[in-house]
Amino acid sequence: MPDQEKINYLLHLADTTLILSHRNSEWCGHGPVLEQDIALTNIALDLLGQSRLFYQYAAELMGNTDEDQLAYLRTEREYKNLLLAEQPNGDWGQTILRQYLYSQFQQLLFQQLVTHNDQQLCAIATKSLKETNYHVRWSSEWVIRLGDGTTESRERMLHAIDELWPYTGELFDPAAYESVADVDFTSLQQEWNKRVKLIFEEATLPVPEKIFMQQGGKTGAHTEHLGYILADLQYLQRTYPNSIW
Amino acid sequence: MPVQDFEQLFQQKIDAEVKIEPKDWMPDAYRKTNIRQISQHAHSEIVGMLPEGNWITRAPSLKRKAILLAKVQDEAGHGLYLYSAAETLGMSRDEMINDLHSGKAKYSSIFNYPTLTWADIGAIGWLVDGAAIMNQVMLCRTSYGPYARAMVRICKEESFHQRQGFESLLVLSKGTPEQKAMCQDAINRWWWPALMMFGPKDSESTNSDQSMKWKIKRKSNDELRQNFVDMIAEQVKVLGMTLPDPALKWNEERKHYDFGEINWEEFWNVVKGNGPCNKQRLEARRKAHENGRWVREAAMAHAAKLAERRKQEAA
Repeated sequence: MPDQEKINYLLHLADTTLILSHRNSEWCGHGPVLEQDIALTNIALDLLGQSRLFYQYAAELMGNTDEDQLAYLRTEREYKNLLLAEQPNGDWGQTILRQYLYSQFQQLLFQQLVTHNDQQLCAIATKSLKETNYHVRWSSEWVIRLGDGTTESRERMLHAIDELWPYTGELFDPAAYESVADVDFTSLQQEWNKRVKLIFEEATLPVPEKIFMQQGGKTGAHTEHLGYILADLQYLQRTYPNSIW
Repeated sequence: MPVQDFEQLFQQKIDAEVKIEPKDWMPDAYRKTNIRQISQHAHSEIVGMLPEGNWITRAPSLKRKAILLAKVQDEAGHGLYLYSAAETLGMSRDEMINDLHSGKAKYSSIFNYPTLTWADIGAIGWLVDGAAIMNQVMLCRTSYGPYARAMVRICKEESFHQRQGFESLLVLSKGTPEQKAMCQDAINRWWWPALMMFGPKDSESTNSDQSMKWKIKRKSNDELRQNFVDMIAEQVKVLGMTLPDPALKWNEERKHYDFGEINWEEFWNVVKGNGPCNKQRLEARRKAHENGRWVREAAMAHAAKLAERRKQEAA
């Protein structure tokens, strides 16, 4: 496969996991209950670990760069993460739903990447999948709890669905470089729909239909949120260039 | 048996280094002192997540970010063991948390200082965790069993944090002029508050005598503080940095470092709530708890619904 496409694909996976990790890490110390603060931080750490593996592999293919240069010195227009990942935390319900929608997708995607003909990509997917299986379990249990909990929690979940659903179409709308994944996105979407529907049913939540879908993250056209995330994330590297930390 | 005899037996156990366990008889004051101390320790871990959490999103490399996230998560874990240890004495976690939020319970004053630069994260690891370890190593042998066992595990993680903090400062100390200045500035700001962590002088400490007799504490505030100064005064040389105390000097006769007088007025002010971040720290904790209320309620409501459904299915 052409290397540039592979590099772009790896950066897409790295950026998505890094940005979602960043968002989750904003909760650290502020969670609704200590055990769940720990659980979400754990997920943030898993995603950060995954992003590092993708960046390191991309850096190896690119040569003359490293994980930190890729994460800290690329701009908003160069970042290729999913729009879903950069959406604000909102309340706990919105954070949970964002995690579930993404993890459910990541699980199905990585289940296919584990048989990819690129050994390294295959190894990273295999390692990550164990973590992702837990993320799916944890977040889907919370979606059910909150959807089927109190009137207030249900209202909040409905609001979260309104906020986040428009960013789910992009998951299955492949950018040109995603051809290297060698994945059938149509059947991936069908399977994702099926699983999400089951969880939403148990949570007594409706699955939206015929909603306009936003896109652009994969090719660097983001929501306004990403600029602030990068300002935060990249602050020290930008303020003190060429320093070792 | 009269209470006096119970007390005598209790003291004999303590003297014979037998651990006190949750169901054992213990004097009320022993129970209260332990609840106060363990819950205060738990609160310190939880509030302590905030100053360091302040730099998670801005950590300067992915490796540093992973280390910091894991460290703050460890602190949440420590809070969890300690709340559980305190619960064995008969106070619920909810009650303890309410006492923290109402201002009735205290936490370590050190966390009322702000983390202004990245170097503060290293300085906290090295100095604040370093000072905490002095205290905690002693607490691994404290007389109340659940507390002592929790401390053994906590100590292992804390010494790891201290080494990570030192290593992070070591990198700064070898870096650019800006990084070196950042490192020295953080040491200057954290040194005195770290010394204050050991509490008032022995001559002023109200709880110490009884706690020593009950082996809740095994070393006095001044002894621990001296051990800490002796350790850090050597380590700072490796960093090529200095401690902000002109009176700091090796005393050949005492075989210890002499050091200057702590600003006790500042110490008491921060204890009373007038530190730079007291309000923000407590506000952040209250807000997290308040914003989480609907989540906790929903989880309970859902669990109740599930139980009801299972009951119906079984019938």
